[in-house]
Amino acid sequence: MSAGANQPEFSPNTFTMDGIEIPFKDGQTLMDAALAAGVYIPHLCHHPGLTPHGSCKLCMVDIGSGRASSCTTPAVAGQQVSNNTPALNEARRTLTQMLFIEGNHLCPSCEKTGNCTLQAMAYHLGMLEGHFPQFFQRREVDASHSTVMLDRDRCILCELCVRASREVDGKNVFAVAGRGITARLIVNSPSGKLADSDLEIDDLAAHICPVGAILIKAHAYEIPIGWRTFDLRQIDEIGPEKVIQARVGHTDD
Amino acid sequence: MKQDTTVPSGNNHQPGLRRVAIDPLSRVEGHGKITLMLDAENHIHEARLHIVEFRGFEKFIQGRPYWEVPFFVQRLCGICPVSHQLAAAKAVDQLVGVEQLTPSAEKLRRLLHFGQVLQSHALHFFHLSSPDLLFGFGSNPAQRNIVGVLDKYPELGLKGVKLRKYGQQIIAAISGKRIHGTATVPGGMNKPLTVAERDTLLAGIDDILTWCQDAVGLNEQIHTAHPEHHGYAAIRSNFLSMIGSGGELELYHGGLRASLPSGAHVFDQFDYRGYQQIIREEVRPWSYMKFPYLVELGKQQGWYRVGPLARMNNCDMIVTPLAEASRRRFKEFGQGGFVHDTLAYHWARMIEALHCAESINQLLRDPEITGIKLRAEAGEMRSVGIGVIEAPRGTLFHHYQIDEQGLVEKANLIVSTTGNNQAMNESVRLVAHEYLDGHEITEGLLNHLEVAIRAYDPCLSCATHALGKMPLQVELVDPDGVLLDRLTKGGNGLIERIV
Ligand code: SF4
Ligand code: FES
Repeated sequence: MSAGANQPEFSPNTFTMDGIEIPFKDGQTLMDAALAAGVYIPHLCHHPGLTPHGSCKLCMVDIGSGRASSCTTPAVAGQQVSNNTPALNEARRTLTQMLFIEGNHLCPSCEKTGNCTLQAMAYHLGMLEGHFPQFFQRREVDASHSTVMLDRDRCILCELCVRASREVDGKNVFAVAGRGITARLIVNSPSGKLADSDLEIDDLAAHICPVGAILIKAHAYEIPIGWRTFDLRQIDEIGPEKVIQARVGHTDD
Repeated sequence: MKQDTTVPSGNNHQPGLRRVAIDPLSRVEGHGKITLMLDAENHIHEARLHIVEFRGFEKFIQGRPYWEVPFFVQRLCGICPVSHQLAAAKAVDQLVGVEQLTPSAEKLRRLLHFGQVLQSHALHFFHLSSPDLLFGFGSNPAQRNIVGVLDKYPELGLKGVKLRKYGQQIIAAISGKRIHGTATVPGGMNKPLTVAERDTLLAGIDDILTWCQDAVGLNEQIHTAHPEHHGYAAIRSNFLSMIGSGGELELYHGGLRASLPSGAHVFDQFDYRGYQQIIREEVRPWSYMKFPYLVELGKQQGWYRVGPLARMNNCDMIVTPLAEASRRRFKEFGQGGFVHDTLAYHWARMIEALHCAESINQLLRDPEITGIKLRAEAGEMRSVGIGVIEAPRGTLFHHYQIDEQGLVEKANLIVSTTGNNQAMNESVRLVAHEYLDGHEITEGLLNHLEVAIRAYDPCLSCATHALGKMPLQVELVDPDGVLLDRLTKGGNGLIERIV
């Protein structure tokens, strides 16, 4: 379906994405409207309910001749949006590869394997290898907290923990410092260590990490292989609520 | 001090011999590499088998959380990852203060381990070694592989493939994957075996039992009927293994027993957590792999062998009846004493495979195997954990020290192949001594060396190379360190002479 020379009848508060008509509420972003309609747009730094961040750029869509992050772009009635195209998916794959080579992602021994959104994204986009040379950055592990561990090797700087702490937990435990290749996740505490922060095990920030960078200590590998979120479903079958479940480690319906 | 002078000295360096630096490339290419060193009388004075060592892993895991360790270290090996996972898990149990698992968890771990040993032993005999034994050591390499076996002895070859598959089926049922799954958690297991999974496994066990008996029979017959096999690469050595509390063959948990070549014990029922008192590792400048020895016997006399032959010699009995009957015939062959024939490793290996099959059968019929109480209550955290297990290739030590945050500070692993390091060098030296003619390394010599190494089943990536074609390089060096000859066989079986 496309808006040809003879305009189809104008339906208020819908846009079309890959030919599917998607309704939206005033002020809703393309991403939120699509997810609400059960249509998947690949994303890593977005989480329904938290302020959009627009940093991972996985959610780019084509609108007319332009390209925009769907998590930060408000829906406009009658817009023609392309999402699942070979060109966009190719660009998303490249971005995902860059995330893999910037950090130290050792999926085979990582507790998050099968529950990791980054890993599932790589599968979804058909990524077979890192393509670019690995950075092998040295990043600090912070195991000082009694129940939560921060392994920066796996951090993709999506700032979900930063926003969850500020917007949901009412704290300000995390922040990103530095720019470009020196950007890193820091802890807002006098020593810079998690032990000195007010992070608690029940905070959303302790559970929201889409990769294995923030983990609950001493609770690893309890969910058997085959029972993990993305063992049971594809990332695009899941929808927003299920993605949250994956992040907090539950796999049951 | 107990001495047994029949053990060849493990450290007979001669000042006139020039030290040869290790060529780092030989690691990358995945070749096994042997340096044969001649003395002034043109005898092989020393043989050095260069093997990739695993020190890297001990470094990698520094600073990693202890609960990750079993899954990290299992990547050490593509054939026996379960053994590494279990040895590390036993160490982690200690770290979280668990002394005793629940009965179901303990049985599941044992079942997992028996599946592991069965599949590894099947792979080793049928895929890698049966071609040598069935077609002869010097036979056409084009035929001397598992495809050749499947062609000439289709029934036997298929049994091997199915035995391995059955072991892997057990591993997959318990750990989620045939290879590199996850099963252990601190103080227990992460998932029960379902009744349906148990029933599927039970349905296949009768064939497995029969085939293992056949495999023992075949190996017994091959070994006893070929007197030339008896002395082949054979060395009199000490033996080290784990042992059950009643002196029985034990693969999962027990004390340590070391014996002299005569059979007398050096120590027995030794708590492996004190292993550093009884075993030390010597570093030699030419090898990445250390040389362990029994402290009581010293560096020269204290080296030992591990693995199926060590376990078969060391144990007083096997608790499963068919394997015990086979062990008795093995003992008769040794006239009641230890069997030192290196090629008898294969025979012992198949007796163990039969023991695994019988034990699997018993465990699957045990109601507790499908129990759901799988985690023991954690106790007080400790800073040191030492886990030891009998891996398919021999006694495997995992030793971890963690800080108060739960991160690994120090790790020490003695992998099975390391246990046989000196023994492999000795066996290689013997074979080279017998088969080297003049100053030329022949294809025949290379094949014979390969057969000797393979008896030990080292964890060489090259030893497990596709179709059993082991990439191998042999060098001959004169007393001044001058290279006289060098022959290389690639993974494709092609022989090249590069001098
Ligand atoms: S720790 Fe996790 S949630 Fe926080 S920025 Fe890094 S990847 Fe995102
Ligand atoms: S999800 Fe939109 S930029 Fe990350």
